[in-house]
Amino acid sequence: MSDVLALPWLLPAPADFRARVRALKAADAVTAADVVALAAYGLDLSQLGSLGKIVDARRDDLGAEGRLRPVLLGIAATHTLDLVAEALPATALRHGLLVDTVQTDYGQLAQAVLDPASSLATAKPDFVLLALDAGALGLARPQFEAEAAEAAVQSALDYVASLRDGVRANIGAGVVLHTLATPAESLFGSYDARVPGSVRWLIARFNQRLAQEIAGDADLLLDMAALAETVGLARWHDPLRWHDAKMPCALDAIPLYADHLSRLLAAARGLSRKCLVLDLDNTLWGGIIGDDGVDGIKLGQGSARGEAHLAVQSLALDLRRRGIILAVCSKNEEAAALIPFREHDEMVLKEDHISVFVANWTDKATNLKAIAQALNIGTDALVFLDDNPAERERVRQELPEVAVPEVGDEPSDYVRLLSLAGYFEAVAFNDEDRKRADMYQANAQRASALQKVGNLDEYLASLDMECTIAPFDDLGRARIAQLINKSNQFNLTTRRYTEADVAAIQADPAKFTMQVRLVDRFGDNGMISVVIFDRGEQAWHCDTWLMSCRVLGRRVEEAVLAHVAQAAKSAGAARLTGEYIPTPKNVLVEKHFEKLGFAQIGDREGGGTQWALDLASYASPDLPMQIDAKTAGQTVPA
Amino acid sequence: MHTPAAKAGATRKMKKDQMERSEITEQLTEIMIDVFDLDELDYRDDLSAADIEEWDSLSNIRFMVSVEKAFGFRLSNSEIESLDNVGEMVDLIQQKLA
Repeated sequence: MSDVLALPWLLPAPADFRARVRALKAADAVTAADVVALAAYGLDLSQLGSLGKIVDARRDDLGAEGRLRPVLLGIAATHTLDLVAEALPATALRHGLLVDTVQTDYGQLAQAVLDPASSLATAKPDFVLLALDAGALGLARPQFEAEAAEAAVQSALDYVASLRDGVRANIGAGVVLHTLATPAESLFGSYDARVPGSVRWLIARFNQRLAQEIAGDADLLLDMAALAETVGLARWHDPLRWHDAKMPCALDAIPLYADHLSRLLAAARGLSRKCLVLDLDNTLWGGIIGDDGVDGIKLGQGSARGEAHLAVQSLALDLRRRGIILAVCSKNEEAAALIPFREHDEMVLKEDHISVFVANWTDKATNLKAIAQALNIGTDALVFLDDNPAERERVRQELPEVAVPEVGDEPSDYVRLLSLAGYFEAVAFNDEDRKRADMYQANAQRASALQKVGNLDEYLASLDMECTIAPFDDLGRARIAQLINKSNQFNLTTRRYTEADVAAIQADPAKFTMQVRLVDRFGDNGMISVVIFDRGEQAWHCDTWLMSCRVLGRRVEEAVLAHVAQAAKSAGAARLTGEYIPTPKNVLVEKHFEKLGFAQIGDREGGGTQWALDLASYASPDLPMQIDAKTAGQTVPA
Repeated sequence: MHTPAAKAGATRKMKKDQMERSEITEQLTEIMIDVFDLDELDYRDDLSAADIEEWDSLSNIRFMVSVEKAFGFRLSNSEIESLDNVGEMVDLIQQKLA
């Protein structure tokens, strides 16, 4: 495995990289696909800078295309992050983001954050990175009195908290904090760990308490300490660059720094990958099941090779436990491919951990599309792990949006490379995540039930669905914000709101809100739909209507309409109005309002359509589910 | 820089030095094109930050680190500060590689 700073899970930059950048510079039109293709390589700082300039020059066009999610990042730092800012626009393309940055002037961090009229505040960034080093926080020198040591940590935390509050109050942006990298130098040697107030102790204490303080908040935390340790502290810190230019890390480490920051922002926008698709032969076990048989494959304790494959399986299972869906895509006879899952004692992964199991001789790109379809997710949510370079190359060509880690031929490296790549970056971990893999499991069973029943009405009736509709509440807020930020396909307006926005909407009497849950005989689907209407005197207007594609075709949208129609009617309104705002991903709901009986009343300025439903002539339909509607003031069972 | 006297002295050695020098300038030109994101660059010994718009204090740090990486040695802060133009950088590289 090559150097971690070279981003070894990515292919190295091609020899013609410079020529390709130059061609884009001269091109009449540049598409997101063009720049994303170049960003997919492991680029160095200069290459990131060159590609970043193309992004800057074509930002408007790339933004208008709608494939990349725009993010404006404010950077408020006590050291030099200019090179990180230069590397970010190109790096972020790998994670589906179109990032622009706005920096505070050197030494103006507190003013920029605390003054609502500062240039940082008036730029209205989506997020602000508060990058304070140990020196600026008073933690770079030892404190040998225990009380002074605790006081130093407390005062550093208080300072960070005041800046954090400033960002929220004056700028209204999401906050990105980071832990502090441990210095490479010690004072006592090993004894540093035992001296309260040594710099290592102060930093460890600060990091631990910072993570505790923001638990449950929507603040993002970049774990710089872990990043620096992964690189190696003596390589991470470059004293010459620090003294010369206040560079927080070695220049070689900046591409990795920018990648970690980008994946965190992407995760906050709901763009992390959702599903790990595994090859079988020489990926989950050593050897070829069809040739070597269940007794001949290498798996399990006792050999380096067998343990390496076991480690891959253990990682996959751990990912599943935190909510990542697992699928199998193998060129094999299905019967042979299933044998190890059923008969090999050392298999960690069992058949029922795999949500979609595809073993056939069709090409893998076609199979990956089928897997995404069966799970109702985009191919851009897939990570494909395969030891075979030809298969990897084929998938990269056919489906560039699928993440294909460059894993080489040493299975011992697979776990580390998959982890370094950071495809599954999270910004929360909740009960929905814990249950997700099971929910998708149940979904696959539902698909087969559909095949057996054949008749849609009978099928829906056979599901024993219970639909719960309730206004927004504190308990549901994190999941509501998550759905608002990651739903792309069934989303009429694609308006994104932060948790703070959702809280404000919840408290606003002029809004009518709905969070919808669905349980059926296969399991609890959790919260699957979020709807916001603006209450008007005559008309209630739809601000947001989105739904998880998992429950497409279950007539949940009709239940939602019946609920809001009744509420509007009893409030004295005459009609419901709504609009469809097209994006590259939501053509699915182009006819949503039409299907629900709305009449088109016009076209929308800037694209899309406008609709209205006359409440006097609306009658709610009979639906194949039990509906449990709650009104404001009632709590919803978790 | 070689003094005229030194140049007149050992012709054979000078040729070898010139060879190496041209290789170094070639490599340095490639590095500068990448680091300063230039379409092309006509190398001259007296090129300095004043001649290249993209050459500011930040890209200068990237330049120094790229040179270190390409030639496999580390430049000290005083060495970096002593340089006035690219030709002096080539001299320094030659010294370090000698």
